[in-house]
Amino acid sequence: MKAIVHVTLKNGVLDPQGKAIEHALDGLGFDGVGEVRQGKVIELELDASDRDAARTQVTDMCEKLLANTVIEDYSIDFTD
Amino acid sequence: MKAGVIVFPGSNREMDMVDALTQSMGTAPELIWHRETELPDLDLIVLPGGFSYGDYLRSGAMAARSPVMKEVIHKANDGVAVLGVCNGFQMLTEAGLLPGALMRNRSLKFICRDVYLKVDGENRTFSGKYNNGQVIRIPVAHHDGNYFADDETLDRLEGEGHVAYRYCDADGETSDRINPNGSARHIAGVYNQRGNVLGMMPHPEDHVEALQGCTDGRGLFDGLVEALS
Repeated sequence: MKAIVHVTLKNGVLDPQGKAIEHALDGLGFDGVGEVRQGKVIELELDASDRDAARTQVTDMCEKLLANTVIEDYSIDFTD
Repeated sequence: MKAGVIVFPGSNREMDMVDALTQSMGTAPELIWHRETELPDLDLIVLPGGFSYGDYLRSGAMAARSPVMKEVIHKANDGVAVLGVCNGFQMLTEAGLLPGALMRNRSLKFICRDVYLKVDGENRTFSGKYNNGQVIRIPVAHHDGNYFADDETLDRLEGEGHVAYRYCDADGETSDRINPNGSARHIAGVYNQRGNVLGMMPHPEDHVEALQGCTDGRGLFDGLVEALS
């Protein structure tokens, strides 16, 4: 199975790259765009077949390496 | 005094650090490769600047999980002095030895120039040769130097005197305009709770001899030698 981890900056943490994208979109004439936040996506191929066990394992990976929980939140999705 | 400078793939300021330490210590520090799992007896461990692991994932994230860091964390918890400069500061926050995180500069630009710093907290290991409130000129060279911590942590750092340096102007005044990278409360360097770990974004090792145009960084190294010899 494949785990897809989304890492985003926490609410309240200034995201200067998101702000730059927001301004660029405005410059291109896209109206009605509110706040833009930039994050990253990490895809992991896993041998695991049990989704709960995989979630526990990937959560541990996020806490130890994939996200810096001082400034970032993460979410985990799975596809078969 | 015995010092060791840890070298990671992508470190590039380690020889500047060796030169600065040699000048103050009279003997050269040991260079230690990041794959080592044991460290010799040291009074000071230095994590130098550079772009360890190409800044992959986050600046300092990979280096903070490399084999030698287990031992660095162990020694730091035992009270050995640890100095992290620039990428080394990023590693110390990633390793959990210092609070907060270093984010992309507010301007999104890489900044390479001299800045003024106000020496903030008094620390018997690191600041013995500086006066509290003294203004020093030190170069910065970074893309991710925007210090962030939550308000509670910042209050605690300030309340306990663990802010080491703040960005300021030549007169020691702090302001949003002078702050080069958007760091919270103009913080350029912090100590850990015990006071034996210092992380800072500016490069004191690059202002230690007249040829470099300024010697304001030398006080840090002379102070370390005095405290640790």
